[in-house]
Amino acid sequence: MKIQKEKQNRYEIRFSGSGGQGLITAAVVFAEAVGVYDGKYVCQTQSYGPEARGGKSKAEVVISDQPIDYPKALELDLLLAMNQAACDAYFFDIKANGLLVVDSSLVEQYPTSRIITIPFTQIAKEEIGRELVANMVALGTIGFLCGRVDLANLEKALLARVPKGTEEMNSRALQRGIEEAQKIDVQGLPRAVMSEDDDL
Amino acid sequence: MMSETTTPRRLLQGNEAIVHGAMAAGCRFFAGYPITPASEIAELLSILLPAADGTFIQMEDEIASMGAVIGASLAGVKSMTATSGPGFSLMQENLGFACVTETPLVIVNVMRGGPSTGLPTSPAQGDVQMARWGTHGDHPVVVLAASSVEDCFSITVKAFNISEKYRVPVILLSDEVVAHTRECVRLPAQTEIKVVDRIRPSVPPDWYKPYEGDSRGVPPMAALGDGYRHHITGLIHDEHGFPTQNRHEIERFHKRLTKKITKGFSDIQMSRGFLLEDAEIVVIAYGSVARPALRAVEDARRQGVKAGLLQLITLFPFPRGTVSTLLKQCRAALVPEMNMGQISREVQRVNQFDCAVVKHNRVDGQFITPLEIFKHLIKL
Amino acid sequence: MPTPAQAIRHEYLRHNKKFPHVWCPGCGNGIVMGALLRAIHHLELSKDEVVLTSGIGCSGRMPTYLDFNTLHTTHGRALTFATGVKLANPALNVVAIMGDGDATAIGGNHFIHAARRNLNLTAIIINNSIYGMTGGQYSPTTPFGAISTTSVYGHIEHAFSIAELAVTAGASFVARSTVYHADLIDRLIEQAMQKRGFAVVEVISNCHVQYGRRNKLGGAVDMLKQFKEQAVTVSRAEKLSPEELEGKTTIGVLVDRELPVSTEEYKKVRRRAHESGDKV
Repeated sequence: MKIQKEKQNRYEIRFSGSGGQGLITAAVVFAEAVGVYDGKYVCQTQSYGPEARGGKSKAEVVISDQPIDYPKALELDLLLAMNQAACDAYFFDIKANGLLVVDSSLVEQYPTSRIITIPFTQIAKEEIGRELVANMVALGTIGFLCGRVDLANLEKALLARVPKGTEEMNSRALQRGIEEAQKIDVQGLPRAVMSEDDDL
Repeated sequence: MMSETTTPRRLLQGNEAIVHGAMAAGCRFFAGYPITPASEIAELLSILLPAADGTFIQMEDEIASMGAVIGASLAGVKSMTATSGPGFSLMQENLGFACVTETPLVIVNVMRGGPSTGLPTSPAQGDVQMARWGTHGDHPVVVLAASSVEDCFSITVKAFNISEKYRVPVILLSDEVVAHTRECVRLPAQTEIKVVDRIRPSVPPDWYKPYEGDSRGVPPMAALGDGYRHHITGLIHDEHGFPTQNRHEIERFHKRLTKKITKGFSDIQMSRGFLLEDAEIVVIAYGSVARPALRAVEDARRQGVKAGLLQLITLFPFPRGTVSTLLKQCRAALVPEMNMGQISREVQRVNQFDCAVVKHNRVDGQFITPLEIFKHLIKL
Repeated sequence: MPTPAQAIRHEYLRHNKKFPHVWCPGCGNGIVMGALLRAIHHLELSKDEVVLTSGIGCSGRMPTYLDFNTLHTTHGRALTFATGVKLANPALNVVAIMGDGDATAIGGNHFIHAARRNLNLTAIIINNSIYGMTGGQYSPTTPFGAISTTSVYGHIEHAFSIAELAVTAGASFVARSTVYHADLIDRLIEQAMQKRGFAVVEVISNCHVQYGRRNKLGGAVDMLKQFKEQAVTVSRAEKLSPEELEGKTTIGVLVDRELPVSTEEYKKVRRRAHESGDKV
């Protein structure tokens, strides 16, 4: 049996990769921008293993114009995969015509042709000078592509969270991510094979 | 614009909201021991309490934490601790002491997968019956459950208020999902929050009987050092606080402890109803699971199924009246839980009607999804 | 006119508590209780400002009889409750009374951490080398080879030295006496209660009923005589070799040192917290 589509305007993003890549931080900044600054309803959750560094890590943000009942993602509108394992594990959670964004510096095998590939880590390392800010480059890209956040507010939220003295670097990373996203022709991406009306 | 009755919008985790709720309720003492997924509560209180002239201490274990919390509460300071399953197990001994000495305090148990070390970073609701019956002997205790960040704030305030008003330990059950979900909230301003404080004795010290109940069965409580020198013991005691083996005094003591809670049912038992008016199937859920349950109920309504949700906030004393009314009205009750059926057994216990009580259990460390509840619901 | 001793009894014992107490005739607990009362009397402390906590066991019943703020807690946990009371109201004089099993078996973890933490508390441990109330089972201070109801073939474990444990764990003040040396207990408790920091007084006591009888040590008087013979003052002990100290009990002040007291250090934490402001 199929569930009739609800009317609420729900948008789901998952940030995934490994512990230490700053995915939870990126999700928190995003949620703060959408919730505190844009004034929308937002839920941010995460799951992680026992490792402080290196284990599987994922963080989710659900955005809506109405109160959010289920706080976790159900069908992803956008998946960010910052390594191959995350890409493989979560690709099937993306809804038809959802977006898959991968860090092409770390993901080699693409599960679909409907994919956006940007070398976040390489950009962070070579252009910004710190590999650590790859998450913020990705955040910029996602902020632009999802179209659900005011980019000025995204930067405000970012600057409020990052350590003193690193504002300029983080801000530059975010802008680079936005620039990369601007180059993408989302409409020109191949359509998903599965239609939204297919059975569950 | 910031209004006078609220504070600015903030993105908070459930654990952080519990801390703000505790501070707003007047909590000024915390003793605890690090444990996932509750540690954020201790971390934030270690910053906020000293700034409010309160006290934070990290003890050598959870047994010691409970001892310190009881000691501080007896000295007149609103006190709490926070833990998860393994630590909650260790707290049971002194929780019994708090019950028998009627010491107000709040224990937050952020539930994770169990038993034993279990699944430290996964959600579960396996400690429900333990919260009610974990410490030995008959005892009154109040168990509440939070489902959102907003709840974490408001129910923590409520937990302290009940604890102070009835001189009873209150256990607030959270879980890994509630604890770590961040949501945007506007916390009410302090002036908007109703804070209840324990009643202090008004009689001269010579007249004071520390365990003589007032009309509600709740004895006024003097703080250590207040001039009302008296004896406090884990032994069953008479109205003066001295150990007794007199069977009449023992029975009177037990009955008063139970009665002070039963008399407060209407005040203590809290729940929320959604789409219940014409419901034929009721979903009974609590904690984080109330959220997928609401979504499943709304999805079912769109399919023409007359479903409704009862979200239990008070788990114990079990809200028998509210649940019974719905069991009488509905042909089926579905109880989704992240355990093998710890509240469904309570629902079954009070079911004296032609209502099928159906369990929906998940114990694989995963959060229950709306879809699985929906699929189960429409089959009933 | 009551004698001075009677006057102290009248002042500090709870007249509304149904005596007699639970202790056996000849028990050392009464001597320690008397010493505690005389020390508090001599220090002229207000009864309202004294909090007495205890655990479970024969020693645990002491607070019941005394007219202070009294808190008879769970087994081994007296120091944890005392910690909460002291932190919540540092103006109170908080004393924990414990037994050997209470303080060093089930409460051993709390004991060493209380010493390490160094709150301004007084701990009095009545060490009679046995679990008396439950019927004479071996405790952490039962000597090797001794007979108890759970070591009828002879005890195979070694005993703790409670005072030395407290020294190593970091207590500010550690002293030991025996119940034979009643005057010394008065003075040691007085010193301990005046000491800033965690202060421990271990009192070697007799349980002639559960320990002495089974180990052929005689009655209460015989055991007290043995305490007298075995006792060596700290200053004399310094001149003796380890061989000469075998079987002896060192009495007096073992350690008296100035260390940061966490009750006072926490005031600094509050000040720092105020200064940094509520940034969270």
